[in-house]
Amino acid sequence: MKKLLSAPYLLWMAVFIIVPLGMVAYFAFTTETGAFTLDNLAAVSQYSNIFIRSIWLAAIATIICLIIAYPLALILAKIDKSYQSTVLMIVMLPMWMNFLLRTYAWMTLLGNNGLINNFLSLFGIGPFEMLNTQGAVVLGMVYNYLPYMILPLYTVMAKIDKSVIEAAQDLGCNGAKTLFKVTVPLSMPGILSGITMVFVPAISTFIISRMLGGGSNLLIGDLIEMQFLGNSYNPNLGAAISLVLMVIILLIMTILNQFDQDEDRVLM
Amino acid sequence: MALILLFLYIPIFVLIVFSFNVTKSRSVFSGFTFDWYIKLFHNKLIMTSLLNTIIVAVAASVLATVLGTAAAIGINKMKKLPKTLVMQGTNIPIVNPEIVMGVSLMLLFVFFAARMNFELGFVTLIIAHITFDVPYVILNIMPRFRQMNPHLYEAAQDLGCSPISAFFKVILPEILPGIISGFLMAFTFSLDDFVVSYFTIGATSQTLPITIYSMTRRKVSPEINALSTIIFVVVVTVLVIKNIAERRNSVKRGVR
Repeated sequence: MKKLLSAPYLLWMAVFIIVPLGMVAYFAFTTETGAFTLDNLAAVSQYSNIFIRSIWLAAIATIICLIIAYPLALILAKIDKSYQSTVLMIVMLPMWMNFLLRTYAWMTLLGNNGLINNFLSLFGIGPFEMLNTQGAVVLGMVYNYLPYMILPLYTVMAKIDKSVIEAAQDLGCNGAKTLFKVTVPLSMPGILSGITMVFVPAISTFIISRMLGGGSNLLIGDLIEMQFLGNSYNPNLGAAISLVLMVIILLIMTILNQFDQDEDRVLM
Repeated sequence: MALILLFLYIPIFVLIVFSFNVTKSRSVFSGFTFDWYIKLFHNKLIMTSLLNTIIVAVAASVLATVLGTAAAIGINKMKKLPKTLVMQGTNIPIVNPEIVMGVSLMLLFVFFAARMNFELGFVTLIIAHITFDVPYVILNIMPRFRQMNPHLYEAAQDLGCSPISAFFKVILPEILPGIISGFLMAFTFSLDDFVVSYFTIGATSQTLPITIYSMTRRKVSPEINALSTIIFVVVVTVLVIKNIAERRNSVKRGVR
């Protein structure tokens, strides 16, 4: 009886998730008139430089996020319990400001007449060309998605049994060895979901690259957006690019999951 | 730690400071004024967008909560294999890139719009929002079932409750925190969503993120800075009050 309660949701999911994804696949393999073709997928290879750039920039941003977030999450998990929620709140608070506006604020900070260059010129340095570079795009990705890395890492680390770490120290591990032999393996599920939660939005963004990368640093997201709402209207090609993007993400996640021995993944 | 916080807060600080700027410049601060806050409330575009955003977020998150709660109850009763399958499917909208979801829904809506003679707009937008909201509701409720003692429900029935009243007296209170946090999560995601909305909203209606986006293509009016400052202050106040209340509670109970 109760099972029936999930029927509306299953129907919803079929109509608004499965069918649309099927349509992406259908469009990717057909021409405008609906005839089968592989041309769209073949055409995607023209854009391989954009694909490589997207993967590369998203990977750098993910690694930087991990390097920043890991020690932060460690500290967060160690401080006094009653302060943890407050500090966590302070870290998450910027997320409440609309992300387009926050990214726009970086435009005013990084621009040639922007605040940072104005500040530096007081000392006679610069101006530096910071906006419309790949560096600016990576900065935007790190800035926007850092909390997505901190949160799963913190969740996992807060659950690690302190006595395991003490035991490692009692058995003669120094600080670094305890970190790499005990803490890192135990926090692996958090690392993996953090990587996924940063990498996926970073590789598919089109806002950050458009606002901070100028016109010259197109990413996969820009390419897709252009085929559907932009100047070069071609939903068939856009669907093919989306399909390739999904396959890339699926491949990368499958590779990543090889590192995860734990059966139940921690999501968020 | 301090450096990271500085990094996270600098753009927000900039936004807030320039909401008080006399001129429209975004790099030179030329004087203090509250003008933008007054103009904000007379700006029709911003006010309608804000209203639209709230309507869509409320409608989508309420419907998603109803759909998701019913789904979670049903999924919980499923056998292992269908349960795993459905949960994998539930993860699709979370794992899939937002842009692919937006694009795929756009293909669906455009396909049916051409054949059934309707336009992309409020309805398609709310449908799209429900679709990405429901999984978060389900994922917030499912752990509650795992923590619950399954015999309680049977016990209630043995003690004379009808199945329906047993549900309302036993199961609902147990999963209620999950429903509430799922609803809040869905609501905030809807409020802030840009990518999926961008592809599914059509040409006629606008939500706040869409308006902000079209402004960033030209020039962002300081009224938007004023609006986001207000929102930010409200959120900070709510969170601080919540935090203080929680701390008081834990002091009363004695911190474990």
